[in-house]
Amino acid sequence: MDAILAQLLNGLDKGGAYALIALGLTLVFGTLGVVNFAHGALFMLGAFCAVSFRQLITMETVTIDPEQLSPWGAPLEVRTPLAQTWFGDFGAVLVDYSVPLSILLAIPVMLLIGIVMERGIIQYFYKRPHAEQILVTFGLAIVLQEVVKAIFGPNPISQPIPGAVRGAFDVGAMIGLAPGALTYPLWRLIYFLFSLGIIGAVFAFLRYTTFGMVVRAGMADRETVGLLGINIDRRFTIMFGLAAVVAGLAGVMYTPLLPPNYHQGMDFLVLSFVVVVVGGMGSLVGAVAAGFLLGILQSFASMNEVKQVIPGIDQIIIYLVAVVILLVRPRGLLGRRGMMES
Amino acid sequence: MDILRMPRRDLVTFVLFAVVVLAMPVWLQPLGAAYPALMQKFVISAIFAIGFNILFGLTGYLSFGHAAFVGVGSYAAVWSFKLLTMDVLPAIVFAVLVSGLFALAIGYVSLRRSGIYFSILTLAFAQMCYNLAYSVLTPITNGETSLQLTLNDPRIIDRALATPGAGLPSPSLFGNVFSGLEGFYFCAVVLLIAFFITLKIFSSPFGMMLRAIKSNQTRMNYTGFNTRPYTLTAFVISGMFAGLAGALFAVTDPLAGTERMQWTASGEVVLMTILGGVGTLIGPVIGAWLIEYFENIFSAFNENVVQRFFSFLPPEIADPVSAIASKFVGEGWNLTLGLLFVLVVIFLPGGIMEGVRRIGALFRRSTPPPAALRPQPAE
Repeated sequence: MDAILAQLLNGLDKGGAYALIALGLTLVFGTLGVVNFAHGALFMLGAFCAVSFRQLITMETVTIDPEQLSPWGAPLEVRTPLAQTWFGDFGAVLVDYSVPLSILLAIPVMLLIGIVMERGIIQYFYKRPHAEQILVTFGLAIVLQEVVKAIFGPNPISQPIPGAVRGAFDVGAMIGLAPGALTYPLWRLIYFLFSLGIIGAVFAFLRYTTFGMVVRAGMADRETVGLLGINIDRRFTIMFGLAAVVAGLAGVMYTPLLPPNYHQGMDFLVLSFVVVVVGGMGSLVGAVAAGFLLGILQSFASMNEVKQVIPGIDQIIIYLVAVVILLVRPRGLLGRRGMMES
Repeated sequence: MDILRMPRRDLVTFVLFAVVVLAMPVWLQPLGAAYPALMQKFVISAIFAIGFNILFGLTGYLSFGHAAFVGVGSYAAVWSFKLLTMDVLPAIVFAVLVSGLFALAIGYVSLRRSGIYFSILTLAFAQMCYNLAYSVLTPITNGETSLQLTLNDPRIIDRALATPGAGLPSPSLFGNVFSGLEGFYFCAVVLLIAFFITLKIFSSPFGMMLRAIKSNQTRMNYTGFNTRPYTLTAFVISGMFAGLAGALFAVTDPLAGTERMQWTASGEVVLMTILGGVGTLIGPVIGAWLIEYFENIFSAFNENVVQRFFSFLPPEIADPVSAIASKFVGEGWNLTLGLLFVLVVIFLPGGIMEGVRRIGALFRRSTPPPAALRPQPAE
């Protein structure tokens, strides 16, 4: 019982990441009708926002102190982070909480990247065939990841979890199991709640604001909204930026769980596309539900008991589910009729 | 031989193509690329690209998982070397058959959907093959260390005919071990056969059917046509071409690794095809050669070469310029590839062949055909 519960929990954080990326993909589909193969790269860029924020904040001065000697006899190098010299203890806190704080950097940066991408390239591809949209965004994804590789190098750069939330959360004790029987790393819990929060915020934004209402109307019938004198293109551009922010934030908060490297975007992109297909192209709820579902399925498949029965199932479970779903229910779990079917 | 009869136009194309391919060691000499290993790569990539073009160019189905078939072909060929004989013909036949079976299975499932769904499905299958080859199937694929020949391989047929000599055997054709240019000529002949088959497909009723599917599949369905057997056949043929390319990779270097199955390899063949010109006969070959050539030239560059190249500029300008330029060569070749990808799709979606046609039209100053004759995009 607790083994099953543990796997359920384990799947939640990964599912959260899938859901966030799939949500952005679906938003871009629904609004602009563009298949964005560069969406995984946006996730990766978000993660590198966190990396660069930390590099910025941990810039330090190195002074060689000839009075003190290090244990092996050389003069001691005294490293003081600039943040600490300027802000004192507050600087130390800043360094400790660099990952969550880099959200503040990531939001404007990702919004800008998203809008530049849409205005710069993608807007010219609305009327082009889907194959060309796929190709151009695929090329863009390669460019983005190579630029990141040129700047940050090919190796993963691990990011620390803030000290205060480094422990594990005793889920078992809460639901009446023996203490310590079922624990869950706090950061994973935070990631899950964070992804729920972002998803909720996006849905609320679409549902309860005038802007969101116009966007939903535009998704249903773009032409009529345009005829009513509303500049729907500008709103869709902003939605692209928003999708970029969602992917970026998913990337920022994921850095402590998976040290960011330049090619993680593609790894997540393939999975997220599968998620979108399983959830049903064009359905926001479907994307989120399928994200969590596949995350949990994947964590179940990586249980040793399951792996003994079907070796290698953890590597392919997601693709297998996608194949079965597409054969049994071609539109996906919650897909609408006529979405991207031509 | 009825099958060899073809229209004069096609015959001329084929003969010209054969001359160009077989004369490669001559005309590549001044370009500094006339060594066998590289020319073999040219020829094999060309086979991969024209095979991919049979699917993408004729039917419009964009597969993002063709590298999987190359990988399967390589593994099958190396296993044939290990188990049966070092002769290349059985290896190639075996590899083509196995990759054809793979393509049949994957195509049967993927072709139930079209458009973007198809691309995602093929990508998913390719990732699945890659992940499996990397993890569970290590007894077959040898995972990260790549599948290699060893001294104590069974090689049933070879051992039955003669006692094995010392050292690792090399791939051979009827007992003749390939050396240098012979390997290249063997691959070139295979390319010519593959090109001939493609030529036949392009001018056959089957090829017409595939083009009709590309231009309007719905209409084909409404006229009572079942398109799926045609698309599936195209998919299997193109998978077999990819498997053939994989087998030739194994012939020139009997080693099969997972990296041949990565999605980047699938992306590269897509780029080759669109760079040259989707749906044209020669285009994919030109695209494949250009990309392989520049990959070879550019990846060999390093910072010093770039600095020497820009040394005619004053140092204040030369230093930043060469610092930026060096990001695009050597290790950064992929960046150039990605940029090329974006630029080609934006400005020249018809590829080089389209560009050639446009330039030709400029010189001929002919009046454009009336609108009714121009192809209309299918709705």
